[in-house]
Amino acid sequence: MKITINGGAVELPAGTSVGEAVRTLTSLTSGVAVAVNGEVVSRSAWESTPLADSDLVEVLTAVQGG
Amino acid sequence: MTMVDMPDDVLSLGGEKFTSRLIMGTGGAPSLDVLDQALEESGTEITTVAMRRLDPVARGSVLDVLRRRGIKVLPNTAGCFTAGEAVLTARLAREALETNWVKLEVIADERTLLPDPIETFDAAERLVADGFVVLPYIGDDPALARRLEQAGCAAVMPLGAPIGSGLGIRNPHNIELIVEAAEVPVILDAGIGTASDAALAMELGCDAVLLASAVTRAQRPDLMAAAMRAAVTAGRTARLAGRIPMKRYAEASSPARQG
Repeated sequence: MKITINGGAVELPAGTSVGEAVRTLTSLTSGVAVAVNGEVVSRSAWESTPLADSDLVEVLTAVQGG
Repeated sequence: MTMVDMPDDVLSLGGEKFTSRLIMGTGGAPSLDVLDQALEESGTEITTVAMRRLDPVARGSVLDVLRRRGIKVLPNTAGCFTAGEAVLTARLAREALETNWVKLEVIADERTLLPDPIETFDAAERLVADGFVVLPYIGDDPALARRLEQAGCAAVMPLGAPIGSGLGIRNPHNIELIVEAAEVPVILDAGIGTASDAALAMELGCDAVLLASAVTRAQRPDLMAAAMRAAVTAGRTARLAGRIPMKRYAEASSPARQG
């Protein structure tokens, strides 16, 4: 299936979890938050939440600004 | 401060107490090391950070700096143009940073970076309902400040001048009107250019000052941070002391000579 992580297209096996998708980007677990299709997925639900084809995944962290 | 009996003077904000009345932003610092030194000199206890897409190759983190210094992290919604974006950003920040505090910032356009009052109010209502401690960045508008306080915001943060402009406090009268009416802390946010601007904000009765560019883009950020710390303290102390009224004519400071 094809999903979009932070604006980039990624090909992942069907049934890939949010947690597995995040780990394609970073090994960080703290200081990071995830939204799928505009809804926050809490960290405790990362592993139990499967992604679906064409999901939009945003992985955010704190940076200098504001 | 050791020469006089200073009253206990703590900033109560969002149910917590702070000694420093200088809240720092992090935008504009040329490096994390420079930021780190500036934060130390500022004496700040609260510092705001933005939320952005994770960069897998980024080295070092502003969070590491703040955690090492024991500074409270205040996420902001900088870069958001709608209430919906700001609410989602606040929720992501709560998840990532384990805080329900948010500096709410909803910008109207890129050219002025002025806050959009309609979107800001909409977002504030939704975030208060969702249990956030909401600190909204707004124009110097007493009516909007009152409405946001009534909506349950923990503070109001009027601008002195546009973000990064360094123009100081363009409408001190409006800031005074906001201070007079507010039951929640008033934090002067944006527009500070130099130390006298920060002192003026406190003399006008603001409870705290939030600034970033004035320090991070100064030629010596650490030195300007020290200046801002002193200015906020001086302005606050002068406010507590009660300044003399301005008069049109002179008033002799010593009695007239007799005979």
